[in-house]
Amino acid sequence: MTAAASNRRLLIKLLLGAVVMFAFAIFVLPPLYNLFCEITGLGGKTGGEYKAVDVRVDTSREVSVRFVASNNAYMPWEFRPTQDKVVVHPGEPTEITYYARNTTDRDMVSQAIPSLVPNIVADYFHKTECFCFENQPLAAGEEVDMKLVFIIDPDLPEGVKNLTLSYTIFDITDRVTNPVAQLQ
Amino acid sequence: MLKRAKALFLSLLSLVVSLPAMGAAVAESSTRQLNMPQGVTEVSQAAYDIHMIMVWVCTVIGIGVFGFMFYVMYAHRKSRGAVAENFHENLVVELLWTIVPTIILIVMAFPATTALLKVYDTDNPDIEIKITGYQWKWQYEYLGEGVKFMSELNTSLDEVYGREPKGEHYLREVTEPLVLPVGKKIRFLVTGNDVIHSWWVPDFGVKRDAVPGLFTSGWAKTDEPGIYVGECTELCGLGHAFMPVVVEVKEEAEYNEWLAGKKAEAAEYASTIGKQWSAEELMVRGEEVYERSCAACHQSNGEGIPGVFPALKDSPIALGPMVGHIAVLIDGVAGTSMQSFADQLSEVDIAAVVHYERNAWDNNVGDVTQPLDVLNYKQSK
Amino acid sequence: MAHGPATLADGWKAYISRWVFTTNHKDIGTLYLWFSFAMFILGGAFAMIIRAELFQPGMQLIKPEFFNQMTTMHGLVMVFGAIMPAFVGLANWMIPLMIGAPDMALPRMNNLSFWILPFAFAILTSTLFMEGGGPNFGWTFYAPLSTTYAPESVNFFIFAIHIMGASSIMGSINIIATVMNMRAPGMTYMKMPLFVWTWVITAFLLVAVMPVLAGAVTMMLMDINFGTSFFNAAGGGDPVLFQHVFWFFGHPEVYIIILPAFGVVSQIIPTFSRKPLFGYSSMVYATAAIAFLSFVVWAHHMFTVGMPIAGELYFMYATMLIAVPTGVKVFNWITTMYKGSLTFETPMLFSIAFVILFTFGGFTGLMLSIAAADMQYHDTYFVVAHFHYVMVAGAVFSGTAAIYYWLPKWCGKMYNETMGQVQFWVAFIGFNIAFMPQHFLGLAGMPRRYADYGLQFADWNMVSSIGAFIYGGAQIMLLINVILTIRNGKPVADEKVWEGAEGLEWTVATPAPYHTFEKPPEVK
Repeated sequence: MTAAASNRRLLIKLLLGAVVMFAFAIFVLPPLYNLFCEITGLGGKTGGEYKAVDVRVDTSREVSVRFVASNNAYMPWEFRPTQDKVVVHPGEPTEITYYARNTTDRDMVSQAIPSLVPNIVADYFHKTECFCFENQPLAAGEEVDMKLVFIIDPDLPEGVKNLTLSYTIFDITDRVTNPVAQLQ
Repeated sequence: MLKRAKALFLSLLSLVVSLPAMGAAVAESSTRQLNMPQGVTEVSQAAYDIHMIMVWVCTVIGIGVFGFMFYVMYAHRKSRGAVAENFHENLVVELLWTIVPTIILIVMAFPATTALLKVYDTDNPDIEIKITGYQWKWQYEYLGEGVKFMSELNTSLDEVYGREPKGEHYLREVTEPLVLPVGKKIRFLVTGNDVIHSWWVPDFGVKRDAVPGLFTSGWAKTDEPGIYVGECTELCGLGHAFMPVVVEVKEEAEYNEWLAGKKAEAAEYASTIGKQWSAEELMVRGEEVYERSCAACHQSNGEGIPGVFPALKDSPIALGPMVGHIAVLIDGVAGTSMQSFADQLSEVDIAAVVHYERNAWDNNVGDVTQPLDVLNYKQSK
Repeated sequence: MAHGPATLADGWKAYISRWVFTTNHKDIGTLYLWFSFAMFILGGAFAMIIRAELFQPGMQLIKPEFFNQMTTMHGLVMVFGAIMPAFVGLANWMIPLMIGAPDMALPRMNNLSFWILPFAFAILTSTLFMEGGGPNFGWTFYAPLSTTYAPESVNFFIFAIHIMGASSIMGSINIIATVMNMRAPGMTYMKMPLFVWTWVITAFLLVAVMPVLAGAVTMMLMDINFGTSFFNAAGGGDPVLFQHVFWFFGHPEVYIIILPAFGVVSQIIPTFSRKPLFGYSSMVYATAAIAFLSFVVWAHHMFTVGMPIAGELYFMYATMLIAVPTGVKVFNWITTMYKGSLTFETPMLFSIAFVILFTFGGFTGLMLSIAAADMQYHDTYFVVAHFHYVMVAGAVFSGTAAIYYWLPKWCGKMYNETMGQVQFWVAFIGFNIAFMPQHFLGLAGMPRRYADYGLQFADWNMVSSIGAFIYGGAQIMLLINVILTIRNGKPVADEKVWEGAEGLEWTVATPAPYHTFEKPPEVK
């Protein structure tokens, strides 16, 4: 084979390789990354929706969970936990609410992002229902009580007695293409 | 000539190398401080101790290694008649200087580990404080007590720009310090409102990054009342050097009194909103608020920075309807650096600064903005 | 071209064509070196502005917004525009000569690698004049300060980084291909000069991590312009992710900066000790160990970000370990000098200063690796002092040593030894006055990237600024020395130039002919 012909073959192989690489990056990597995040639960980010299985309640232990609310910049909503703190037994499903009110004169959509302290026990904090699973649209002036149902895993390491769960709300109105359609 | 150069070299280097050792002795003289403070908590003491261990180990190794090197430079000079030998390998020596440093490192790892375990021991706090880093100030919230306030630099821009002499507490003073009691374990929950900041109090040994969207945690417990100053330690924009941390640790009784006072303040404040403020009172207060919270961008003369921060002097907003002007402060301007100040300034402060902006620099609109006007705007939405 | 490369005597057009289209490794090396020196002066000017403003507390000369642009640009220009291209220039000049090759493996790509650099830095520098100003988020450009809160010019900043990264990647491929394929017969890998070894290992590091930097800035670009949320918690992303990706590049980057400097010093010390380098094989293995370890320690730049304790402990231990191979190298250099026959010409002075001051910086690096203490050091002037000791008294001193060492071979003229020694002392003294006090500032509590500071930091800041200006002056002296040497230096005819010099590069004529080793030499 002449040098030119073999160069051309090499070029075609390289171009095909590049196409395959891009396809991998665009179609295979995002689901892989999601899987990785679910498994590791980094940064105190508690996991996704938890399907409660066999729930044994450990009445010998008490864990105090405090609730904190935070607004990110440019997010003027009123946002606060309805109760400051609860004391629960691991394994026991508990429901609490956060109150939010859109104080502006335009319809907005928010996203709440959780963060648990100490970060290391985020894996033991299970949410069966959480307002943070979806974004929250509120029309101008509208208010809502948002629900969170959680279970602390009975395998929570010994000695951990105080958890603080914080939510930060962000304005994602611009990111959501059709906010009006999301209002019930 | 070379001999003298060598002697000078030697003495300069020995000075350089021995300075950290001197640091331990001359620990804390305020303007020429050489060394890290020991601080007032277990964590700061642990940091200081491991720091000093490292300083000594490195000094001893340094003196040994450089001392040998200087000897070689003196004894094996060609001008002294030294003739080069030809060896270039020695297994024993090479193994030794690989294994011995490794052992030294392993030994150092033990105190290093115990010190770090102390840093992470945030469980079972007595008090929890939520700290939020803003551009360019801190917000402190006493969780469970309903007390929340901003803590902003209190040094005037006049001092910064040399128009006035600098005070003794230049860049070390804030509007409201974080007040804490002695003897209680305090857990700090740190987050950022906009960009990443970092909350640091050297005397506590606590430095935690303030990242928007997540919370980091640190802790402190001290038995020593006093005032402790810290800094923001993550580049966060133009005010990075202008958002100090000031913590005041009080005896428990004093702290309880202070906390009760803060709660009462919140209650009393509700009544001051209803008060009718005079134009002069608003102007004076407004100027204070403006210099502290607005002048960094909009400049003391109200002229802003063209292309970056709009001028308020002769601005259509400042000269236009009061409601629109209040709205800019309450809602911010989306897509720009102008944040909403609704959480950061009280209704009284917003009314005052709006009044000031409408009447300073020959704007002279002539109306009077009351705190109640601001409250009405907020509630009407 | 039968008559040799075009000179000014051949006319402007021919002369400029020569430099624009050259594929000759010596010419390209020269281009890189002059470019890097110009960038060094530019980055130095930014530093002078910084230190002038910090001379006293308060804002006297510039506003904080501009100060942040100065610190950012100083870092970017020095790291990417001065230090890295300088060592690439040395690699271009010396690697073919050291392995007995006629040129680099890919001469046309070599030309491209260089010429995109002035383009990239023109773009970067022009951002200072754009509306909103240039990059002001630190050379480490953490998100969201560099994404949501960045000035308009940030897209040009990203573009410049991409171009510069491409230049480094292409240059590294060239070096690896050259060294793997074009060594003279008889020159096995373990007979190569150490400068070549350190550069090959550096080239692998570059190829591995430059794409990671490109990934980080591309993710930034997506976040800023296309509504993605890599670094934005609102959309499910994480600002801390930026730090992980950046430092995965950033830590190997600092070894990329220092390994070639190690290589230079490993060439110079044996020459002026008239003795072979002690422990050649362990030097090679230590360099490889440092390179490998550099990949697994990145999060020691993130000790305060709230990592789980297991992670923090691991990164602490791994970072401490790097002290071992680095120590091995320092001991080897000193043992090379031991029982040698030492003279102290300018290259040797800079190399000795390198060994001492780099080791000092290594000590502060070891201190920084102790996570509990790092709670007090992180983001303070202690860190600034540390990296200036290892990068300036380390890499820059080594680069300066290389210039004095190899300049006679490049241009056939010897520099004035007294002027060289004076320049050394001014640089050495100025450097230490500038940066030693910064350790104290950091320990006393002054954070980095601060435009202004409390009165308790005033004294050391003033001292540091004075030292910085002295050090700046020393660089002008270096420029003068180099220019005077090229124009009026005493001609050198010996191939060997230095009595103790060994290696293929010292067997070609002085000055080195335009084409060398057109026939490969035999290496025993």
